[in-house]
Amino acid sequence: MSTATTLRSRHLLGIAGLEPDEIDLILDTALAMKEIATRPIKKVPTLRGRTIMNLFFEASTRTRMSFELAEKRLSADTLGMTTSGSSMSKGETLADTARTLEAMAPDMIVMRHGASGAPHQLARICRASIINAGDGMHEHPTQALLDAFTIREHKGRLGGLRVAIVGDLAHSRVLRSNARLLTRMGASVVACGPATLVPPGLEALGVRVTTSMDAAVDGADVVMMLRVQHERMHGLYFPSVREYFTLYGLTPARLARAASDAIVMHPGPMNRGVEIDSAVADGPWSVILDQVANGVAVRMAVLYLLAGGDERADASAA
Amino acid sequence: MTILLKAARLVDPVAGRNGVFDVLILDGLVRRVGTDLAAAGARVVRLPDACVVAPGFIDMHVHLREPGQEYKETIASGTAAAAAGGFTAVACMPNTDPVNDTASVTEFILKRAAEAGSVRVYPIGAVSVGSKGEHLTEVADLRAAGCVALSDDGRPVATALLMRRAVEYASMFGMPVIDHCEDPSLKGDGVAHEGAVAGLLGLKGIPGPAESIMVERDIAVAEMTGGSVHVAHMSARQSLRAVRAGKERGVRVTAEVTPHHFTLTEAALAERGGFDTNTKMNPPLREEADRAAMTEGLRDGSIDAIATDHAPHHADEKALEFDHAPFGIVGLETAVPICLDRLVHAGIIGLPRLVELLSANPARILGVPGGTIAEGAPADLTILAPDRTVTVQASAFRSKSRNTPFDGWTLKGAVAATVVGGRVAYVNGAALDPAGLWA
Repeated sequence: MSTATTLRSRHLLGIAGLEPDEIDLILDTALAMKEIATRPIKKVPTLRGRTIMNLFFEASTRTRMSFELAEKRLSADTLGMTTSGSSMSKGETLADTARTLEAMAPDMIVMRHGASGAPHQLARICRASIINAGDGMHEHPTQALLDAFTIREHKGRLGGLRVAIVGDLAHSRVLRSNARLLTRMGASVVACGPATLVPPGLEALGVRVTTSMDAAVDGADVVMMLRVQHERMHGLYFPSVREYFTLYGLTPARLARAASDAIVMHPGPMNRGVEIDSAVADGPWSVILDQVANGVAVRMAVLYLLAGGDERADASAA
Repeated sequence: MTILLKAARLVDPVAGRNGVFDVLILDGLVRRVGTDLAAAGARVVRLPDACVVAPGFIDMHVHLREPGQEYKETIASGTAAAAAGGFTAVACMPNTDPVNDTASVTEFILKRAAEAGSVRVYPIGAVSVGSKGEHLTEVADLRAAGCVALSDDGRPVATALLMRRAVEYASMFGMPVIDHCEDPSLKGDGVAHEGAVAGLLGLKGIPGPAESIMVERDIAVAEMTGGSVHVAHMSARQSLRAVRAGKERGVRVTAEVTPHHFTLTEAALAERGGFDTNTKMNPPLREEADRAAMTEGLRDGSIDAIATDHAPHHADEKALEFDHAPFGIVGLETAVPICLDRLVHAGIIGLPRLVELLSANPARILGVPGGTIAEGAPADLTILAPDRTVTVQASAFRSKSRNTPFDGWTLKGAVAATVVGGRVAYVNGAALDPAGLWA
């Protein structure tokens, strides 16, 4: 069903820039990549000789390791840097950081940054392909793609599904990327959280917003839980973890309102007992570890497709 | 030298003039305005028919950055930018380093302005020492040194009590208190208007009521004290509603709006690839309903002035992440073309109303000379070429900084020349032959 054979941009900055056929292309390609992980030798020479820099300006374990694994399985040369804070905290502008790295001629830069839009600003300066591994509260496109891949794996489709996304909506890049992707692919998305954590603008994407978890979960095919960074909430978004769990914690009883074959997702890391009950996280509905496994395959697909786009760009320039 | 501007198109609403008049300028002063004035030894200057002569424009809200941040702007570069933008005078905010909270800083600014010898500079003194929101500055001293108003701009006047005392005290000297209206707790660490665009871009929001809550407070203080309050860079429709209601019951409140707030909306943050830090300013670009409200306020008289909030920042600072880049854009060299294009040619207001907003009202609010071409007053004139098309070219700015979201915009309406005290401070060679003017 996918009609695109390449990605139109040489960067992956967000779901916002992807057309449905490109999303299908990435997901179809990821299916082929997933097979590689089942081989005794989990490595193909596809990106041999390519240099990929992993720049993590914000702490990350799973996303960074997932990208590194994807890069290594494609035989790319990789190097990484993890630092906390912005470029500015080192006394260097983002533009200078970009130019410095650019001088070392990487083919791709995978970037995680605490400020929304940082990869977009970098993409205006750099020749390398920029892959957004999460920017502030804005987008986390590979997370949404791996979520879509996981949903498709279990449900066979995205269109027509009812997806509930529950938790800290305001600060979540996972929500924003998933809302963009799922609505674009024809799913019906309902976002749920306390009124203090609902950002403006979700309705513009076609997302229904509710503060009632029961209403959100009712008949859902997919329940996607978002991490609540309760340590940063300062008591102004909700009064206590106890009350949050009472209103928005995913328990087996609450999940009983969803479709009988509903799946439960979480981008991790989970706060057990805050947004999700362990009985659900470890229960038969949970596809949380599938998400992690699929993350590698989806990132391999993205790297592969962006590298291909780069080759063509070089050829046409020659 | 005596100059006779012969048969010039004059727009001067205070004097009730909108037509063809002669203006006789002698020793930097307007000697006579009339028809068929005798040349008698004067140099006769005939402007092209396409030109319009207005009383000098006054930008009542600029940041000249000197002393302290000369890498962004100096008084020399800022006043050169003002002249090129058609302004014969600017009022500069006190958030320099050191803050203009003592007469010695005021005197330094005026000394530098005199050395630059370009447009007039009216310093605005701080409300509180260091703009820290605690102790009142020595207002009488600031006034004597040349300050025309008080403000802690960059931040709001910290408490209702300080605002009350400042307005009461300043009223003894006929000085308005200009407030950067913003509730700090509602603003939080927001970087963009709290609306759909920031919501989807993942930027922390600053809601419109963060401004209007403080506007309401200040209007209540003005009403209580009988003093004058001026709302700086108004951006939210809720604030306009408060100002309108205040004016209706006779409160002495005035308000200014910037060209960017009646021209752009939050949509600009998502354009050109998104996250352009030249769309980051405080107050932020708001929703279409706010933009439209500002336009309506300019039209119906509830907004008194257009001011630029000219806020130069170095390119290196604006090259930071959106969250970390400083707020603000330059405005002196784009304001008049934007006003002509978006307000006059768009049919929202006529030239006389624009002259009120850019000249007569700022002069009245600040209590400074100008605002009309009056016999015996300094010959401060802004000469416009309203039908000439200009393309904004940031790289050609006189300002030291280029942080503008309008780079590359084509606008109908140009500044032809700027005359300060009878002296030509700027000529736009494309609109006017410099030889056709005078030295």
